[in-house]
Amino acid sequence: MKVAVKVNGTERAGDVEPRVLLVDFLRTNLRLTGTHIGCDTSSCGACTVLIDGEPVKSCTVLAVQAAGRSIATVEGLAQGANLSPIQVGFHEEHGLQCGFCTPGMMLTGTALLDRNPNPTEDEIRWAISGNICRCTGYMNIVKAIQHAAMAREAANAAPREKAAAAAGGE
Amino acid sequence: MFPAAFDYRAATSLEDALSILKERGDEAKVMAGGQSLIPLLKLRLTRPELVVDIAHIPAMNGIKHDNGHVSIGALARHVDIERSKELATSAPMLVEAARWIADPLVRNRGTLVGSVCHADPAGDWGSVILAFDAEIVAVSQSGRRVIRAQDFFQGPFTTALKPDEMVTEVRIPVAKALAGGAYLKLERRVGDFATVAVAVQVELAGNKIARAGIGLTAVGPQNIKATEAERHLQGKEPTDEVIAQAARLAAEAAEPKEDARGSAAYKKDVVRVFVQRGLKSATGRAREAK
Repeated sequence: MKVAVKVNGTERAGDVEPRVLLVDFLRTNLRLTGTHIGCDTSSCGACTVLIDGEPVKSCTVLAVQAAGRSIATVEGLAQGANLSPIQVGFHEEHGLQCGFCTPGMMLTGTALLDRNPNPTEDEIRWAISGNICRCTGYMNIVKAIQHAAMAREAANAAPREKAAAAAGGE
Repeated sequence: MFPAAFDYRAATSLEDALSILKERGDEAKVMAGGQSLIPLLKLRLTRPELVVDIAHIPAMNGIKHDNGHVSIGALARHVDIERSKELATSAPMLVEAARWIADPLVRNRGTLVGSVCHADPAGDWGSVILAFDAEIVAVSQSGRRVIRAQDFFQGPFTTALKPDEMVTEVRIPVAKALAGGAYLKLERRVGDFATVAVAVQVELAGNKIARAGIGLTAVGPQNIKATEAERHLQGKEPTDEVIAQAARLAAEAAEPKEDARGSAAYKKDVVRVFVQRGLKSATGRAREAK
């Protein structure tokens, strides 16, 4: 079957059997190997991608189910050489050890901050409860998401301050 | 892991889905979010010839209050229930239970109706709809029928649905009286199946219990309705003694098996303790309800 999806803002298409999983479609057909396969049984969240902005386990979605939808993978987080706030957070707070869960954690974190820009620690832990870090590095993952939340808030505040300063100078 | 090969049809309307099921229902599985079905397909525990995807059928994702019921449409996801303002007022026990389903990522795709039709004895929604005495609306080209929750579950992964039928909605009766509920679940970690879970829903009339519903998860071949315990509560004031006796009766209704999560005796006792706690918080909430 022909499947057309938008991946990280770009229209992509492939010809797949209905039984092909979204994670395999991304990795094998589209050569986007940043999305990892961990447990392959819907338990670990290593394969997390965003469909229309919501985190889901791509090992438990058929590629045909994603037809016509917008998918975000880890490859789409950075804008050229500029890391996204969540990537900066994971870098600054060392939110990874082996790195295997990291793409999924960053996408779940991104979706959380899109919905709730200023989450409490409990809300962060709740949001990532479907993503398992087998190194058990949760402390720094939580800090990384908090770092990203603060950076996003600062980035949103900066233009306002500039505007306020400009208005004050008139 | 790959599922075995199957044909795939994305139904464009309810009529389209029903006509596909009329023709090929015997060899087909209906899929909404796929969060129960796809794992089964991958493990090849089920090998349908055809998967009918109903996700593109319009206007089936609603959560609507009408005529003394809340209707949960076939495409309403766990996350929609978790965040529903309507349910937070009219049937808050559903919101409480939704937060215990699998994990947040699965809740973004899985549906209540899909989970009910999957009929896993360890499924959470089965107990919830048994506690509410909900109705399941099944349609086929031959017409529409309403099935009581307690008649719907017929064994592990087995329901009263016919091959050419699909469920369009589950209807939850909303009490006119003071009502309250609770969902209690013991799980080893987020996303694990329940060791034991219990759904309790009560309605009060004055100081007395007008109606009590109790559903049990993961302690038998299907979700169990603890009818003896419900009957014991009916018409009585919910004193500690009455609640303790109802909890014992509910534990007797449980038929758990020993597994990695605990012994049968342990699980039965968890049922007793959870029903006791659940009834106390449900009656407390019913008194506060407006």
